[in-house]
Amino acid sequence: MAEPNDIRSVLATDCGSTTTKAILIEKVGDEYRLVVRGEAPTTVEAPFEDVTRGVLNAIMEVEELAGRRLLDGERIITPQNGTDGVDVYLSTSSAGGGLQMMVSGVVKTMTGESAERAALGAGAIVMDIIASNDGRLPHEKIRCIRELRPDMILLSGGIDGGTTTHVAELAELIAAADPKARLGAGYELPVIYAGNKDARGIVEERLGSKTALVVTDNIRPVLERENLMPARLKIHDLFMEHVMAHAPGYKKLMAWTSLPIMPTPAAVGSIIQRVAERDRINVIGVDIGGATTDIFSVFDEVFNRTVSANLGMSYSVSNVLAEAGLDNIMRWVPFDMEEADLRNRIKNKMIRPTTIPQNLEELQVEQAIAREALRLAFEQHKSLAVGLKGVQQERTISDTFDQAASGETLIDLGRLHLLVGSGGVLSHAPRRAQAAAMLVDAFLPEGLTHLAVDSIFMMPQLGVLASKYEKAATDVFEKDCLIHLGTAIAPVGAAKEGAPAVKVALETPKGRVAREVPFGAMAVIPLAVGETARAVIEPAKSLDMGDGKGKSIEATVKGGVVGVVVDARGRPFALPGDAAKRIAKLNDWKEALGLYPR
Amino acid sequence: MAHAYTPGLRVTALARIERARRLPLKGTVLVEKGKMLRAEDVVARTQLPGNVQTVKAASLLGIHQEDLREYMLKKEGDAVAKDEVIATSKSFFGLFKSECRSPIAGTVEGVSTVTGQVILREPPIPVEVNAYVDGRVADVLPGEGVVMVTAGAFIQGIFGIGGETSGVLHAIVDGPDEAVGASHIKGDLAGKVLIGGSYVTHEVLRRAVEAGARAIVVGGFSDSDLKAFLGYDLGVAITGQEEKGITLVVTEGFGKMRMAEKTFRLLRDRVGARASVNGATQIRAGVMRPEIIVPDPAIAPESVAAGAEEFAQGLRVGSPVRAIRDPWFGRIGVVTDLPPELRPLETEASVRVLTVRFDGDAEVTMPRANVEMIEE
Repeated sequence: MAEPNDIRSVLATDCGSTTTKAILIEKVGDEYRLVVRGEAPTTVEAPFEDVTRGVLNAIMEVEELAGRRLLDGERIITPQNGTDGVDVYLSTSSAGGGLQMMVSGVVKTMTGESAERAALGAGAIVMDIIASNDGRLPHEKIRCIRELRPDMILLSGGIDGGTTTHVAELAELIAAADPKARLGAGYELPVIYAGNKDARGIVEERLGSKTALVVTDNIRPVLERENLMPARLKIHDLFMEHVMAHAPGYKKLMAWTSLPIMPTPAAVGSIIQRVAERDRINVIGVDIGGATTDIFSVFDEVFNRTVSANLGMSYSVSNVLAEAGLDNIMRWVPFDMEEADLRNRIKNKMIRPTTIPQNLEELQVEQAIAREALRLAFEQHKSLAVGLKGVQQERTISDTFDQAASGETLIDLGRLHLLVGSGGVLSHAPRRAQAAAMLVDAFLPEGLTHLAVDSIFMMPQLGVLASKYEKAATDVFEKDCLIHLGTAIAPVGAAKEGAPAVKVALETPKGRVAREVPFGAMAVIPLAVGETARAVIEPAKSLDMGDGKGKSIEATVKGGVVGVVVDARGRPFALPGDAAKRIAKLNDWKEALGLYPR
Repeated sequence: MAHAYTPGLRVTALARIERARRLPLKGTVLVEKGKMLRAEDVVARTQLPGNVQTVKAASLLGIHQEDLREYMLKKEGDAVAKDEVIATSKSFFGLFKSECRSPIAGTVEGVSTVTGQVILREPPIPVEVNAYVDGRVADVLPGEGVVMVTAGAFIQGIFGIGGETSGVLHAIVDGPDEAVGASHIKGDLAGKVLIGGSYVTHEVLRRAVEAGARAIVVGGFSDSDLKAFLGYDLGVAITGQEEKGITLVVTEGFGKMRMAEKTFRLLRDRVGARASVNGATQIRAGVMRPEIIVPDPAIAPESVAAGAEEFAQGLRVGSPVRAIRDPWFGRIGVVTDLPPELRPLETEASVRVLTVRFDGDAEVTMPRANVEMIEE
């Protein structure tokens, strides 16, 4: 394989559940740049049942657009030979529903939650958490394990040297369920044991002959510390060895790639962690897809990922309605609409998930639903991205069972530096201001926050690339992947509607600009991509920009395709209850941000 | 970018249809290859292992878990009756006796001296698989089931609820744009597959259930009616397990929708024939649509090509398509152009488009994503 700095070109694919996306990266002078992208339907399902068909189709589109030969028949030409072929080929995958796992731990809010974080961080969808204290009867747990048919189970429980009984009980439940894997009838279900090291023998005795058992370090060796990495790495290994190897066509694909195939969300998590680490910032990344919404966060170097398995814009759009409720979706629609009409539109999108809005009304409805899907997914993220529960308190072990409330969320919007959105509804919004508005309305950032979107969702491919070719990945991430939208300025607190809320003065390259924005309004101050400005922000006496109520702050703000978005709607945010007033407000904000054509 | 790939729903007068009929676990296949069967004939049978229950025997008896085996009256593999004593302990010179009883009838699966639990398994649950369609056994999958083959009309719907069923086709409306009202639910409908028109409400659907109808096919259904009929808001489109007394197949979409002329004609021309219907829908990777199969016993399946070649070739000028999103939802037309370049929509999004001529109308331009191919 080529050395990191020598590579001239990279071809990367991401096999999603519906679309396989290919990108071609080439070295131009000293830097790496995206050349073209292509896509084709994923072919994991019948009638093709071979993922490589879709991969080849996507690569053929890249060949056509780049005017370069990359394939020799059905073989990717590597290394690059003249203008033919590429030096590196790599891929990520979430096809066939991604990696679906069950996790188990002794106490649901302690080792159970640690196991969940380990699995999510490795890019899995967690189907269920089985815990000794989850309130279900043993036979109910067994039925659950049997019916859900996960790709893999992560069994944890107990701190090293602690109780072995509960772990043995969990192992007995799994053994009694005798679970079968989802893909490939003829192989044993992989089970990772990452719990109390004293119980390894007991677990091996119970599960060694019934499952493909792998033992690794405890994810919670002591109450005060999580050690998720060894379990995550094992999940990746088993994902390749067992799950991928049994998915249609993946054996062939695995032989083609220069680096191991990564689950798509794990790759996205990896690139977000690198950015946070490199720039020493707190980052939230969101990927809203057709079936799921993934949220990644890095706060004070702690990485968390959650996946909301049934919040998405197509396959699970109807579930957004079921979970958010009709009123919450309707509150973002800036015109009157019958309930029955909205319901039928949402269901029609669910049954024909690949359709797109053709007129403005449909677009606004779709973006209203997106706001709620994002908001709900973020709520779930905040509740899982928490400090370790059950620590720093002197209690007996029996007391720690009741410490559910001790872990506080790590997400502090006031200290968030960068919010990155990706996924069709954000990345392909016809106007970038629409993406900015959806992000601001759903996440309600506080203080100063830089906003960006992933232009064509290439974070997964860049995540894998970064594992060996960091420069190539970073170059493309900066230059071609991120589209900087601008900076949001949002004071916290409330004031009287229409009263002066915040004064913003920017020293821009083109001169000084000052705006005063009343409470309840929004405004945009142009500041182009690549430009920065020194800002003096003076909130009204009841509002806080981070330094205390009424205290001015000075900061450098970055521009973007939208500019500086001043959100003087206050936090907590509320929309008027009266329909006519609410619609008037939505229309005011629409105008202020230039969201839609008139 | 030679052509667009827009899978559509199959609606065809004649297709060869194969359906694998598999048991959830290995079992016994009851029929031989080549045998002609009716939909309700059982083809394979097995027994699913019973549910597992655990009993915390050691703590009930007040003994150490390591000693549990000494107190067991039953060992692994033994049969037990409900409330039968499976372990007992005596203490204080035999004055106090503790007993552990089985909460179920079944067998002892395991005794754990680590957790002090006894694991009990309920008796096996018998499971049968039927032929689902009238046809011939094309192949036997040893220990698993069979592949049935038949030839006849095949109609895929867009959404359905309720599982597999079969019955005689019976038309209750006169045309594809006629909504099914309470007055249409009359006469002997027991065991019938009803051909509706554009729409049915949940109240009328309930009447059809009361009348004993097995299934109903309609053009459109409203989400509010779906919620009222199911009793909950359907979040994710995975259906087929509902037990509401009827299988519903929606051919066009949500709302009042005239059933496609061709679909209606195909069904009405076969009134009196036996049909197999499945409402199971899964809209995610591995999409599954509801279906209506009307076997024609006069046609040998081998004489019919496998079908779906048209779809495999993708959209072309002249392809018949149906609009599947507003503002032309449900209209049927013919592709007149497939411009390769991206074109802007009213939303300002630039997408790949096509032009379509709807029946008797001028051409319109719309996103390729918003049409689906239909078979002529």
